[in-house]
Amino acid sequence: MAHDNSYVDKKFNVVGTRFNRPDGIDKVTGKARYGADASAPGQLVGKVLRSPHAHAQILKINTSKAEKLQGVKSIITFEDLPDLTGADQGMADILENCMARGRALYDGHAVAAVAAVDEQTAAKALKLIDVKYKKLPHVTDVDEAMLPTAPIIHDRIFTRGVEPKPTKPSNISSRTEMGNGDIEAGFAEADIIVEHSFKTEQTHQGYIEPHACLASVNPDGTAELWVTTQGHFVFRNVCAGLLGLDIAKLKVTSSEIGGGFGGKTHVWVEPVALALSRKANRPVKMVMSRDEVFRATGPTSSTSIDVKLGAKKNGRITAAIAELRYQGGAFPGNWAMLGCMTAFACYDIKNNKSIGWDVLVNRPKVTAYRAPSAPMAAFAVESAMDILAKELGMKAIDVRLKNVAREGTLAPYGPTYGPIGIEDTLKAVKAHPHMRAKLKPNQGRGVACGFWFNIGGQTSTDLNIGVDGTVNLAVGTVDVGGSRSSLAMIAAEELGIDYEDVKANIADTTSLGHNDMTEGSRGTFSSGMATIYAAREAIEVLKQRAAQTWGIPVEDVAWEAGHAVATGKGHGNLPKLSLREIAAKSGRTGGPIAGHNEVTADGAGMGFASHICDVEVDPETGRSTIVRYTVVQDAGKAINPDYVEGQFQGGATQGIGWALNEEYIYGDDGRLQNPGFLDYRIPVCSDLPFIDTKILEIPNPNHPYGVRGVGETSIVPPLAAVANAIANATGVRMGHAPMSPPRVLAALDALDAG
Amino acid sequence: MRVSLSSSFRVGNDAEATLEVQAETIAQLMACLADRFPNLREVLSSDVAVSIDGQIYRDDWTQTIPSGAEVYLIPRIEGG
Amino acid sequence: MSKSTLVSTTVNGDAVEFACPADESLMTALRDRVGLTGVKEGCGTGDCGACSISLDGRLVCSCIVLGVEAEGRSIETVEGLSQNGVLHPLQQNFIDHAALQCGICTPGFLVAAKALLDRNPNPDESEIRYALAGNLCRCTGYDKIVRAVQATAKDMRKKGRS
Repeated sequence: MAHDNSYVDKKFNVVGTRFNRPDGIDKVTGKARYGADASAPGQLVGKVLRSPHAHAQILKINTSKAEKLQGVKSIITFEDLPDLTGADQGMADILENCMARGRALYDGHAVAAVAAVDEQTAAKALKLIDVKYKKLPHVTDVDEAMLPTAPIIHDRIFTRGVEPKPTKPSNISSRTEMGNGDIEAGFAEADIIVEHSFKTEQTHQGYIEPHACLASVNPDGTAELWVTTQGHFVFRNVCAGLLGLDIAKLKVTSSEIGGGFGGKTHVWVEPVALALSRKANRPVKMVMSRDEVFRATGPTSSTSIDVKLGAKKNGRITAAIAELRYQGGAFPGNWAMLGCMTAFACYDIKNNKSIGWDVLVNRPKVTAYRAPSAPMAAFAVESAMDILAKELGMKAIDVRLKNVAREGTLAPYGPTYGPIGIEDTLKAVKAHPHMRAKLKPNQGRGVACGFWFNIGGQTSTDLNIGVDGTVNLAVGTVDVGGSRSSLAMIAAEELGIDYEDVKANIADTTSLGHNDMTEGSRGTFSSGMATIYAAREAIEVLKQRAAQTWGIPVEDVAWEAGHAVATGKGHGNLPKLSLREIAAKSGRTGGPIAGHNEVTADGAGMGFASHICDVEVDPETGRSTIVRYTVVQDAGKAINPDYVEGQFQGGATQGIGWALNEEYIYGDDGRLQNPGFLDYRIPVCSDLPFIDTKILEIPNPNHPYGVRGVGETSIVPPLAAVANAIANATGVRMGHAPMSPPRVLAALDALDAG
Repeated sequence: MRVSLSSSFRVGNDAEATLEVQAETIAQLMACLADRFPNLREVLSSDVAVSIDGQIYRDDWTQTIPSGAEVYLIPRIEGG
Repeated sequence: MSKSTLVSTTVNGDAVEFACPADESLMTALRDRVGLTGVKEGCGTGDCGACSISLDGRLVCSCIVLGVEAEGRSIETVEGLSQNGVLHPLQQNFIDHAALQCGICTPGFLVAAKALLDRNPNPDESEIRYALAGNLCRCTGYDKIVRAVQATAKDMRKKGRS
């Protein structure tokens, strides 16, 4: 059955209202089961031995002493994970990241793993494994890694995207170029040109739940994996590929997930747990420590970015160029490319160019973090916009409005925009009471914009109607932010029944077709689309059953507000049939009533936001305190406004943490110095004010309800919003994030001295 | 139909910014491009998305391309 | 296997005994030996508050208390918050105010918020924020959490008066 994804303007009954989430009670009573909350008969505890070196050759791994320790059941090294990845270099990188193969590429890189009867025994066994390393020169800074003198991390990597083709290996894995128009002509036209360089430090997604799983592999190749993940179907495919298991025989169940933000889109310890279980023929549970989470999973790129803008005196930007250098850790990524695509996306700039350099360093493999790569590019570009406004003597918001992208604007990555919301968010910001709130001494206000694409992807949904008329909705996109509530609301809306009569569940991999990850703000967008279609299929069945009951053609049956209604001539006296009545008789009218949908949901619709930040800077300490904060974002259509607001507030807070405190600090020895929540400081409750939100609804033309992804964009503007606020509070332009007290204080001192 | 290539796909392929191609679906477009630019084959198999009239299609290669549509080949986007 | 010590405690009002090695945290003992997995591990170093419990009426991170230290003491966890099948007002308000997203930090916040309201039934916003500053949440930006605690304080004061 073909379905039309076009937006239809209609009045909603359920969608757009606020309902409590179905998983709420389990989560407030401690009953909800997360990655570390499962156990199996005879389970072992798995632990990983990690490299203490930033870069080292592994000469020898001697496990014989550890093997002899009582209670140790299996020990693995890379030899127990043979390379089955064929020509797929991406999969080979994942395998090598899960377990070092001859070389440790960063501090924390897994070298061996043990499964033992308990935690204490496993820890003792790790100490008995003897690894002989030969230390190699390392590099952890993105700019240093690009120098011709830098130690080469992989001699198989030659820079892609440059002519002529390089003959020497490099830490630069690729160069990307993007843009429109004639950049030189654009700058020649300009009355004013501003230029600035920026740096952002590496941050971690910082989910509170560490990675955890329970793996069990049988000798016949059947296996089960309970895991905290953003995508259990993708984990299944990746783990099956790495271990040589059949996809159908590996059942992956997604636990409740204690935060992901991109960091749980990637396998780390899961293939290791499966390999340990396979060798021991016992279930193996693995829970990462926080130290391991910081050293070996997740983080986003650190960057170095140059921006140059040229404008006419009237504020119209004639040319913009950015050069973006992003490190992806010890494996190639396309993070700078994403920076290029998003850097100037909020603006209509005739001549623009972004050059991206993807760089390898001896740090953990970078993984997506909420609107990956966009916050750093926005930090640079949105800071430069304020520098330009100051030079022009214009208000920062007016320079943005003067150059804002609209429907019909050529996006910097090529195509023409459809209906987008950036101008509306800026106008809403301009009109917001926050902009008129009085500032006290040492306070300043900053505004910044942000863009993220949002994505769709493969999705599969089942909707089954019970004989009492209540509905099970089985979805395959992991619920990271309240999507079970939103999807149940969508099913109730379509079927015309109460929200309380729908129960949404996340199905395991054996119970539903493939689903891509919950990433790219796609959960509610794509599963929402599949839920609408599945409900519409079920309605067709319900109408057939009613037609059969009445003995009239199905064409004469309509579905209205949860009831089958006879519409044709001569059927006027037939009393309407409720979903409940039809369901009660389903056993005798043809069997269970269900609707299914498998779809590749594309066209997720762009997400744009503008934020306002008021900050107070303590001139004595350089500490910045957020005094007021407002998020304005286009959601397309907010299914459940509570959870849309939650996404806005959560993303803004992560961005504020990045702006003010969060950073990976590497020593000269290439080792991470702050792998814990004490020294890697994420925002706490007393750091923040209430975060005001304003949801705009500019419908996405490619979704029946107009839904856009909402999860990610809110992390994009805060870095620059904070920087601009600090600049307005102090007169100091901070080009290096995080703008931590020592950095701000040094800049204030330099200003005084200067 | 006419398809525009993001500049990152043009390096080393002697490709013009905009090409004339015979294709009615994304799958046909991919096949044409792979024929014409063998160097691009690996990239086309996993690292691209297609924008049709401003809407980005990452996965659904059955998507038909309306005549006169604005078509861009752009890098594939991941999310967080 | 390491040698274990028998520990006798009261957990959520019930007499509970468990045996654990001397170097095992109370968090691990509660999770793995008593089966109270509502006590969450976020860091293991006392920095995130996900494992917050009440020990003889004092709010502690159970990951930095040893299991054997619980001998003879009284423990309250998130599992003990709801009484007679009725959610504690904090639990209901966390749901009603959408104060949880992923929910991993929620048990710790509830225990910490209850400890606050037990000693101060009328906290202002700043007191709430500082009382909860030992609990990390990465999803919500704390906004709806603070509102849920404010609403609970108001509800409980109203109820106390009636």
